[in-house]
Amino acid sequence: MVDKLLKKEDFIEKLFDGAILMIGGFLGDGTPELLIDEIVKNGIKDLTIIANDTAFPGKGIGKLIDARLVKKAIVSHIGTNPETQKQMIEGTMEVELIPQGTLAEKVRAGGFGLGGILTPTGLGTIVEDDKQRCEIDGKEYLIEPAIKADIALLKAKRADELGNLTYNLTAQNFNPLMAFAAETTIVEVEELVPKGGVSPNEVRTPHAVVDFLVRGSCK
Amino acid sequence: MIKDKLKVREIIAKRVAMELHDGDIVNLGIGIPTLVGNYLPQDVHIFLQSENGILGMGGAPKAGYENKDMNNAGGLPASFLPGAAAFDSATSFGLIRGGHVAATVLGALQVDEEGHLANWMIPGKLIPGMGGAMDLVTGAKKVIVSMTHTKKDGSAKIIPKCTLPLTSIRKINLIVTEAAVIEVTENGLLLKELGPETSLEEVINSTTAKLIVPDDLKPMPITV
Repeated sequence: MVDKLLKKEDFIEKLFDGAILMIGGFLGDGTPELLIDEIVKNGIKDLTIIANDTAFPGKGIGKLIDARLVKKAIVSHIGTNPETQKQMIEGTMEVELIPQGTLAEKVRAGGFGLGGILTPTGLGTIVEDDKQRCEIDGKEYLIEPAIKADIALLKAKRADELGNLTYNLTAQNFNPLMAFAAETTIVEVEELVPKGGVSPNEVRTPHAVVDFLVRGSCK
Repeated sequence: MIKDKLKVREIIAKRVAMELHDGDIVNLGIGIPTLVGNYLPQDVHIFLQSENGILGMGGAPKAGYENKDMNNAGGLPASFLPGAAAFDSATSFGLIRGGHVAATVLGALQVDEEGHLANWMIPGKLIPGMGGAMDLVTGAKKVIVSMTHTKKDGSAKIIPKCTLPLTSIRKINLIVTEAAVIEVTENGLLLKELGPETSLEEVINSTTAKLIVPDDLKPMPITV
């Protein structure tokens, strides 16, 4: 059987300059901090980040922004990170803002084999610029194409050695959606248990979409 | 009109709380909306839904009892109540966009005569992003705007037509400020109640949008 467990030193081999990354988390909650620290330490740069937000300076994705490793951020919110706003205004980082629910669905569609989704959110606002509309049963929707990434960096509460995942409370957020939407999915886990150690009913992300596991801390 | 900052917030939160019903699923925005939960009548129990994936959120935990994986949508430590459910972001916005949230209470930069709301950016100045606001305003059954009646410099926020980028083309339902309760109707903005120590003239002078003033204009049924 394939051994999915990766040492954090070997993790960095999977990354490359210019990669498109999906990173789980909501204002840092549910973000793989250890993996982020490794990226910063190794200076992997020109990254495109697809995530809910850029957290806070010094926390989660904020550390990548602080280190100026991000070329483009595709997120729903940057209000909590003045450094992101600064780099956007300077013109050193591009920011694409997407409504949070639309972003979640674009990611889900990307991973679930769909071409995109139809949503009423954003109709008649600047979010509609350059997008197509369509009408179904007399109601109008925006066509929002699916998105995918090279690598998804996720955080899970527990994994068995196959990569079946569970999450904890609000640390779940985008993680289970992103797990499907990248070429390679790497998960930082707090607890690693033997095969069979996660009940099938508890599994939120099936092991089929998990490529590598990295042991994180529980703090 | 009442100017004291704390009183203003209390008036707004108390009045919005009266709009919520027992058993409602409610999403409260950051700032004044968050305070609404403190003023619910004793027989009204609501389920707080938070964008980051929880239904049945409770208040801030006591110091030392924070859980790093249990936060509110502002990133601050929160708690969950018995019966709470945790889920991913697609499910969270399925609740929001799918019309399963009874009411959302959020702040605004501008609201206009047509009931349109702008609350997510000031071009060239402030660009926090829309976060979940566009989905909330588009999908919640009832949208309540809770905000101070005017900007800090006294200029109007309730105006003929929004000049800032809109949050949604869906019309909001109700505006609650320290000075007024205004309902968005087919015919325009209907002034329903006046805030404590507030005259009709004060409301009209601090609002540039046209207001419909009914014969049965009432005072807000609250005390501060």
